[in-house]
Amino acid sequence: MDGLVLRKLGRRFGAVDAVLDFDLHIKPGEFVSLLGPSGCGKTTTLRMIAGFIDPTSGSIELDGKILSAPSGAVPPEKRGMSMIFQSYAIWPNMTVSQNVAFGLNLRKLPSDEVKKRVGAVLETVRMSHLADRYPAELSGGQQQRVALARAVVIRPAVLLLDEPLSNLDANLREEMRFEIKRMHDEFKITSVYVTHDQGEAMVTSDRIAVMNNGRLEQIDTPYALYSRPKTRFVASFIGRTNFLSGNCGNHMIDFAGFSVPLAMIGEEVTGGGPITVSIRPQAMKLSATEVSRDKVINLQGSVQQSAFLGETWDYVFQPKDSGLQFRVAAPPADVFQVGAPAWLQIDPAQIVPIAD
Amino acid sequence: MTSVSHPVSTTWSQDQPAKVRVPWHQRLQPANLLWLFLAGILVVLIMAPMWTLVVSSFTDAKTGGWTLHNYVEAYGKERHITALTNTLKMGAVVVALKLAFGVPLAWACTRTDMPGRNFVRYSVFGAFIMPPYLAGVGWILLAGPNTGWINRVWHSLSGSTEPLVNIFSFGGLVLVTAIGGFFLVFVLVSSAFEMINSEMEDAANILGAGPFKTAMKVTFPLVMPAIIGSALLSFLGAIALYGVPALISIPARYPVVVIQLTEFFSFPLRIQVAAAYSIPLLLITAAMLGLQKLILRRKGYVSVSGKGGERRIVKLGRWRWVLFAYCFCVVALSVLMPLFVLLLAAFSDSWTTGFSFSNLTLSNFHYVLFEHSSSQKALVGSIGLGIVAATVAITLALFIAYIVQRRLIPFSGLLAFLAVSPYVVPGIVLAIGFYAAYALPPIALYGTYTIMALAFVTRFLPIAFTTSSAGVRSIHPEMEEAVRILGGGRVTALRHVVGPLLKRTLAGGWLLIFVPAAQELSTAIFLVGPTTRVVSVVLLDLSEEGELEKLAALGSLLLIIIVAVVALGMRYLGRDFMLRRS
Repeated sequence: MDGLVLRKLGRRFGAVDAVLDFDLHIKPGEFVSLLGPSGCGKTTTLRMIAGFIDPTSGSIELDGKILSAPSGAVPPEKRGMSMIFQSYAIWPNMTVSQNVAFGLNLRKLPSDEVKKRVGAVLETVRMSHLADRYPAELSGGQQQRVALARAVVIRPAVLLLDEPLSNLDANLREEMRFEIKRMHDEFKITSVYVTHDQGEAMVTSDRIAVMNNGRLEQIDTPYALYSRPKTRFVASFIGRTNFLSGNCGNHMIDFAGFSVPLAMIGEEVTGGGPITVSIRPQAMKLSATEVSRDKVINLQGSVQQSAFLGETWDYVFQPKDSGLQFRVAAPPADVFQVGAPAWLQIDPAQIVPIAD
Repeated sequence: MTSVSHPVSTTWSQDQPAKVRVPWHQRLQPANLLWLFLAGILVVLIMAPMWTLVVSSFTDAKTGGWTLHNYVEAYGKERHITALTNTLKMGAVVVALKLAFGVPLAWACTRTDMPGRNFVRYSVFGAFIMPPYLAGVGWILLAGPNTGWINRVWHSLSGSTEPLVNIFSFGGLVLVTAIGGFFLVFVLVSSAFEMINSEMEDAANILGAGPFKTAMKVTFPLVMPAIIGSALLSFLGAIALYGVPALISIPARYPVVVIQLTEFFSFPLRIQVAAAYSIPLLLITAAMLGLQKLILRRKGYVSVSGKGGERRIVKLGRWRWVLFAYCFCVVALSVLMPLFVLLLAAFSDSWTTGFSFSNLTLSNFHYVLFEHSSSQKALVGSIGLGIVAATVAITLALFIAYIVQRRLIPFSGLLAFLAVSPYVVPGIVLAIGFYAAYALPPIALYGTYTIMALAFVTRFLPIAFTTSSAGVRSIHPEMEEAVRILGGGRVTALRHVVGPLLKRTLAGGWLLIFVPAAQELSTAIFLVGPTTRVVSVVLLDLSEEGELEKLAALGSLLLIIIVAVVALGMRYLGRDFMLRRS
């Protein structure tokens, strides 16, 4: 199979499974993020792909060749990959161009070829004018660009990124997300990106693998992950959401105070009994009067709390005679006072049943 | 992290068992052999001499059987017990004096606007470069009861024939021992003062504490661990020091342990008794260092380990000159005065006649360089041993530190423990251990440079390890991983990244070993042979012969060479490299 394949990959430290039964197929040229809270095993997985940690079960293969298995592993220096580290790991004893040229020199390329490629890649990351500086004379963002240039210049089989933006300030982080995306679009290097920041993952990735407790929760495109989370963890980790418990009958799901016909929900639901659904704050609307429309659920109630976040209002809505509370996102022009009566419209197509 | 470089079968299938036992031949890796090799070296350097020391203290010299007789002989005489109690008494007073010198100077140089802070700093640094026995000789020239310059000035001023000061006394012994060792107090306490973030003091101020209360409640408690630690080390340094007692305690009729040990080593040679007699020194040292650990562990002095923030300087006003006067007195007593008379004596025909131009001569230098039977060779020997010991110790320590810090092999912690363990062994005790283990047949290394080089490497291995270990720790492992993922092996990473990054740290550590090793006396005293003398030993001989001018000339030569090496180091490493050690 072409690309990077992790098969039932596992790593045990003492009695703890840091990673367990991890299956992933990354297609050539694809950009995949490993997203999850700290301690979820994403960095361990990345370091296993790099060869710094050996798996205790399962295997890693690249373009059909085995790289890692419990019986042994190809050392990192023989994998033809490159990596961007959390600390950047720019060597302070070498200039910018020496840092970038290092991997090429190890490959014994002729010196004019090295020069040409170093010049070209520094051009791409807009660092040409600083080629002879030492890292101590660079800002954090510039060091990050050097790390990026050093990693892509060797045209690696796989590019690994270990939380590369976590040491930058917020503005720079935003800028570098797009820089990384741009580099990927230009060079089409198969990339694995580890982060705990969903924003970073969504901007850069073709697909995001959400991890929790050493296991893969869901892998999907950013849009699918947000609009169709499969588990409670994914729904709450990516963005904000409302969880509702209900009971699934033959044709209707009954929630406290209202019911939704099964046919209106965007997904096939089989089997009756208790069910949990996720409704994003953006899947609902608030209005001062009842809006009668087909295929929309209307609930009467009042606004309990409000907070203005700049791009949206964040309201808490409580239906009449109900213990339920909904977080609702509304555009800035939709102003409601706390305590004001209001109507809530829910788009049933955006009600997503999830596994607990 | 280690990765097994082992060919992987390409016909991997999914039903392979999850856990595969690592075959035995794979566990016997080169890394493990390296571990065995390093452990072997440390056994030779540390375990064997110490084990032999303890065993021989229980061995009958004639029959080779087990006996307690050595202990009876060592502690049976009242004189021997007196030497032991004298040593403890002296050690305690020396500690008090060293703290009185070191702590105010450290505070003045780091936290106040006292004038001449750099002058004081450099002078204290001079106290580190000047070996204690040379300071001792300086003070004999200054305060010898009859011919010391201070007394002669006093005689001519007062007409009295009684000496004003007498260096050959308990007070003299304590003073000279203290001035030779308060450097350590200064360095440790200074760095503690530098680590205190002024925000902690500001926090006390904002809550209503005045400057005095803040100093008492916040500042001093925070440097207390450093003061206690340096006090313990000062005590250990004082009781194990050989040079100063050799010069002063015999004429002062104040017997101490180290002098008693040399008596067991003179004819008739009684190594076993010497071994038995040195055991208390070893136990006291171990107990003290254990105590220090206990004290330091009790409170989490987090602040002192952090990076020093903005430090507020205390404005002393008129008191700044009072403080400067005190600091000047301390550095005058410890460095300026002894160094001045030493240099003057080196250029004098006869130091008893006082200063005059007709008295100036270069003949002393000519004598020690070209006429004396062993001093020329001793200079070469001392410098050579300093270079060899520093180089070997740093190299060995770097290997161990790298393996320990990167956890390349199991049980690497044991290597670290062994590498720092000579810390608890006073130099003179180490010498007895080396003598007992390697001097006599069948190994018969007595009187060779080899045995001295081995002993010096052992003595300074803890400094080397601490320096290297801090250096390796300061390099983020990702620096090496970046090399490896780009296609370089561990060796490439060491050569192109770790090595260049550690160059300065290692050179600094090298100098920290070279300086004391080139002057080392206590470890050398029992290991030198007739043809392998070092400068420190020749100096003591000259003092016994009363050739103080020639002694001063030889001592000055040694100082000049060491200062030249240190000056080179400072040029290359920046002037603060020695004052910044932790």
